Amino acid sequence: MFHLRSLILGSCAAALMAGAVAAKSDITVAMQLEPPHLDPTSAAAGAIDSVLYSNVFEGLTRFMGDGSVVPGLAESWEISEDGLTYTFKLHSGVTFHDGTTMDAEDVKFSLDRINADDSVNAQKALFSAISEVNVVDPTTVEIKLSEPNGNLLFNLAWGDAVIVAPESIDNIKQLPIGTGAFKFTSWTQGDNIMIEKNPNYWGTPAALDMATFKFISDPTAAFASMMAEDVDVFVAFPAPENLPQFEADPRFQVLVGSTEGETILAMNNKQAPFDNVKVREAVAHAINRQAIIDGAMFGYGTPIGTHFAPHNPAYVDETALSAFDPEKAKALLAEAGFTDGFETTLDLPPPSYARRGGEIIAAQLADVGITAKINNVEWAQWLETVFKGKNFGLTIVSHTEPMDIGVYANPDYYFQYDNPDFQTLIAKLNKTTDPEMRTQMLGQAQKVIAEDYVNAYLFQLAAITVAKAGVKGLWSNAPTQAIDLTAVTWAD
Amino acid sequence: MRNNLILGTLLTSIFVFAALISFVWTPFPHTAMDIPNKLQSMGGEHLLGTDHFGRDILSMIMVGARTSIAVALVAVGIGMGLGVPLGLFAAAKHGSLVDEIIMRGNDLVFAFPSLVIAILITAVFGASAINAIIAIGIFNIPVFARISRGAALSLWKRDFILAARVAGKSAARISVEHILPNVTNLLIVQGTIQFSLGILAEAGLSYVGLGAQPPTPSWGRMLADAQTMVTIAPHMALVPGLAIILTVLGLNLMGDGLRDYLDPRLRVTRI
Repeated sequence: MFHLRSLILGSCAAALMAGAVAAKSDITVAMQLEPPHLDPTSAAAGAIDSVLYSNVFEGLTRFMGDGSVVPGLAESWEISEDGLTYTFKLHSGVTFHDGTTMDAEDVKFSLDRINADDSVNAQKALFSAISEVNVVDPTTVEIKLSEPNGNLLFNLAWGDAVIVAPESIDNIKQLPIGTGAFKFTSWTQGDNIMIEKNPNYWGTPAALDMATFKFISDPTAAFASMMAEDVDVFVAFPAPENLPQFEADPRFQVLVGSTEGETILAMNNKQAPFDNVKVREAVAHAINRQAIIDGAMFGYGTPIGTHFAPHNPAYVDETALSAFDPEKAKALLAEAGFTDGFETTLDLPPPSYARRGGEIIAAQLADVGITAKINNVEWAQWLETVFKGKNFGLTIVSHTEPMDIGVYANPDYYFQYDNPDFQTLIAKLNKTTDPEMRTQMLGQAQKVIAEDYVNAYLFQLAAITVAKAGVKGLWSNAPTQAIDLTAVTWAD
Repeated sequence: MRNNLILGTLLTSIFVFAALISFVWTPFPHTAMDIPNKLQSMGGEHLLGTDHFGRDILSMIMVGARTSIAVALVAVGIGMGLGVPLGLFAAAKHGSLVDEIIMRGNDLVFAFPSLVIAILITAVFGASAINAIIAIGIFNIPVFARISRGAALSLWKRDFILAARVAGKSAARISVEHILPNVTNLLIVQGTIQFSLGILAEAGLSYVGLGAQPPTPSWGRMLADAQTMVTIAPHMALVPGLAIILTVLGLNLMGDGLRDYLDPRLRVTRI
């Protein structure tokens, strides 16, 4: 009898313990945009990186949640005295999800692919300094540069430079095969992408067994699905007005961090009247940044005065240069010969920072006499007419790539800023490896584009993540577009 | 059923009146943003509260009424202007190939869900109030064509028409001088109904962002803007929602009442 009772008690205790140990091991993460395909090395779409970066694909180096760059597949590296040769020592025993080994050959393949003539890599320019990639032995690879590039380790951490295998490259857009802690399971187009734990991961294995990325584009649906606990995490939550409710609700946590998203009112620098710096300055002075942050983002966002992230140590505060001053804006317009103002168009992509911010900006511009006709466009149309076609007057967009001030050196970039001095400065900056010199030059670059009023710089987008209270290990900042789940766990 | 007519006319005239007044006066400029005072609830300095940009909702409703009424009115005008002549013409040529072509053309337009086609039209030609008017107007054509043809057909068999024909009047003259005056009552009633449908359609189109573009206020877009704010500022959805409901209700009651009032026999002959 005694035996039986202890047996029952024992099994009860065991059941209880098992319940406590087996914490939830899957997670559903929602985001607004669905990736167009699953190859991070051949498209600019940030949604691809959001799902796959670090989870499925890894590069030689990688970003951490605080923005620092740490070793990834490369265990260590050496830089030659002249800064032209980088020798990477790779982790050994790394395999791709299909079982093939990851070695120096794959690194060479991946980097050569970026620089190939027919490459469709969205950030080709970042790697143009690479002249040669040599395989020394299976775990050693040597990268030769044509000129020193102080940014190489940082650039290699981008999602565009992840290591892919020649064996699986043909189907990468549907079946991504990487080396990460998670492997790709399935993609139900229009609904979700599922990934599962990679049991053969070379590094610290993921705590979760499974993760589902769900695509919910409508802000109302986003709010409803979070409230109904259909999803565990919502990254880049689209309706900031609802955050106080989540904050007050003990079921949820709200993480507010910084992103690399400089939100700007871009002006077509080659199109009249924005080819006149006085007009651009007038536009900059006509805008009240705080009103936009409060009205469109409900207070989430940091004002910026140049195209640079405020949390970066090299940031220079130039907001005073374009302080809100409608009278000055009117005077500048008069000087430029537009006493009665002028008419232009304002193309607005779907995110609420653009649609809502656009309405506020149109009203602010109207106050100084500029009539901006609002034109709401979808992303595909925006990419086609504004980004590729350069057929626009004004537009609002957030530049979420990290350290992207270099785009101002590209006269073909959609806002068409063409300043040879700035181009020389950026070329010099890219060759500089000394951190102090770099900081100084970055400051100078920020100053030039602020003084030229290339665009009206609005605010730094905040990274807003809403999650269930028990989720731990999420990135609160967004140093790159990524939803890194490798360190995510559920609290007991 | 006189009460219907009175109540309906009253509700409708409130909104027409509000729209007319908005041309000369609104409590606040309807586009003026006052972001520090956003999302104020009803009853304060702003009678119906403020929206997420601190704009006065009452002023926006008044100017929005203008948009709704203008779109619906012109759309009904297009429908009547093209539909009625088509219908009368078809009735005059009853049984001919022309009649057949017109009526099957009508069927074709009827066969499509109107709002979906309206979305298609505005998506292809760009979102604007003008395109919304055209899109809604096109779907009013067969409604008026069919109703005027139906009524005209029964009139063509009447003795006074026969007398007119004997007197040597042409079919066109008979249609204008004898048929049209006799279908007017019917058209007024149908016009009221179509008017209310037009207001709904305009609200629907601007709700999906294909109607009047900002900063022109429109009830549908006010509703769309209110969507994510419902839990924190319910009045933002309530006010334009009620405005749409009351206007459509008023117009329908008015249409009903008018039908009874103008000609009770129409209820019998109506198909």
